[in-house]
Amino acid sequence: MPDWNQIRLDFPTLRQEVNGKPLVYLDSGATSQKPQVVLDSLARFYLKDNANVHRGIHALSMRATDAFEGARARTARFINAADSAEIVFTRGTTESVNLVASSWCSANLRKGDVVLLTEMEHHSNLVPWQQAAARAGATLRYVPVVGADAELGLDLEALDRLLTPEVKLFAFTHSSNTLGIINPAAELCARARKVGSLTLIDAAQSIGHLPVDVQALGCDFLAFSGHKMLGPTGIGVLYGRKALLDAMPPYQTGGGMISSVDFFESRWKPSPERFEAGTPNVADAVSLAVAMDYLDGIGREAIEAHDRELGAYMMESLADVSGIRILGPRAGMPRSGLVSFALADAHAHDVVTFADQDGIALRGGHHCNQPMMRKLGLASTSRASCYVYNTREDIDRMVASLRRIVKFFSGA
Amino acid sequence: MSDLTDLYQQVILDHNKRPRNRGKLPTANRVAHGDNPTCGDQCSVYLRLDGDRVAEISFDGSGCAISQASASLMTTQVKGKTPAEIEALFKNFHHIVTTGEMPEDISDIAAFAGVHTFPARIKCATLGWHAALNALKGDPTTVKTE
Ligand SMILES: Cc1ncc(COP(=O)(O)O)c(C=O)c1O
Repeated sequence: MPDWNQIRLDFPTLRQEVNGKPLVYLDSGATSQKPQVVLDSLARFYLKDNANVHRGIHALSMRATDAFEGARARTARFINAADSAEIVFTRGTTESVNLVASSWCSANLRKGDVVLLTEMEHHSNLVPWQQAAARAGATLRYVPVVGADAELGLDLEALDRLLTPEVKLFAFTHSSNTLGIINPAAELCARARKVGSLTLIDAAQSIGHLPVDVQALGCDFLAFSGHKMLGPTGIGVLYGRKALLDAMPPYQTGGGMISSVDFFESRWKPSPERFEAGTPNVADAVSLAVAMDYLDGIGREAIEAHDRELGAYMMESLADVSGIRILGPRAGMPRSGLVSFALADAHAHDVVTFADQDGIALRGGHHCNQPMMRKLGLASTSRASCYVYNTREDIDRMVASLRRIVKFFSGA
Repeated sequence: MSDLTDLYQQVILDHNKRPRNRGKLPTANRVAHGDNPTCGDQCSVYLRLDGDRVAEISFDGSGCAISQASASLMTTQVKGKTPAEIEALFKNFHHIVTTGEMPEDISDIAAFAGVHTFPARIKCATLGWHAALNALKGDPTTVKTE
């Protein structure tokens, strides 16, 4: 069992006071803090190895190239990809989804085709498909989110009706950034495959929180961001099956992605270089690999259990806060360490301002889930999301702060 | 807690709990909608302009205490005034919420002075005002404070 109190000490950002109180960081769903080893890696790269990759013959360039390609291999191992050529470095989840929505859809999506999504998608895994569908004359379908506040989940029975042969791609989130629900991703992929649909998993909230094995999941594409898994901002990954990637047209064009250029036409390299036009984000890719080592040092099963334990503790501790409406999955469904709630007496923005005065970082708003929030009849919720550095004491402090907030606003 | 009690003055809590002039105005001849996309605050302002004075005004919407109380207080302040007077009032209000300085002749609006130490909340405080100004201009497009 990892020593979570010891792990917390690895994160320099957490060693500070905010508004005179020790910081309690409960906003890892938006972005995670970084351990010292990741910060050291960024500094080390720029202090010692900095050079452009590929094309170079000199020592530093070779070192930078080795580190960059090493990060790709490390990423392949992290998600159990069959081949490191299946790993494309991007800016993050958003760019990874856009890459597929732009490149794959332009070559494969036709009038009358359907892209299937779920109602709990982040705008990043929704708007790019709206655009791609509009360009192709295709349509979107959504797997509904059903159930009462604390019994929410995807309507898996509706899936048979929705997954018709017109569905060419099913894109869904592994773990919801608003509901704390972990979806049965392997089952969803298997059911899509039966009708010949490809699958894309938005793993932004699951990567680094639980074991992710693309071969066991059986997905065709998987997208994630480095910054939500203890890595730097500005780096992310698109995993795609090699045969699919090699058949896709480029996303952006320029240096690094061509095999030969003539004045009037050019030829592309195979994946992954085909999709990495221009100088890549070398320092952040290299440091993302360090974050992967760090996470595997703790163990992703252990992190999953820690998240689940804190998520359950939050649900339990929040239950008797007066006037609270807690969103979450039905009993027995796997949940993450992220909980959204609304208070009858205080709006999410007031809650977040108040909590901030107590040194507690929460997030309030629609969490880039506007259509679903509208359906649930909520303009906004407050959200607390945990990671490896959080403890029960953090949650106790948040709940104490919430009780003061309720008292303040209901007493007025 | 002192910054917080400055932010959430009694006047604000009162307007939040018991909003004035809330609901649609059937006799309105001007309407505008304000939207704060980052947090989902919404505010519609309905008013009846009679000659060059606001004869009636109401607001409707949902959002944080600051946005709702500010819209409520705004309706009590602009009723009976001309567009030019309302613009001058808004200038004062904007000055108060961005600097915390209080001109002496300003009444309840001064309750919003505490907002200036919470820069992220200034857009909440000004949402209803922007909607009202747009309604006066006869511009029905949604204003966004972001
Ligand atoms: C489920 C989900 N998908 C996609 C994203 C977008 O990630 P990024 O902004 O890093 O591209 C997020 C981040 O907020 C998310 O939570």
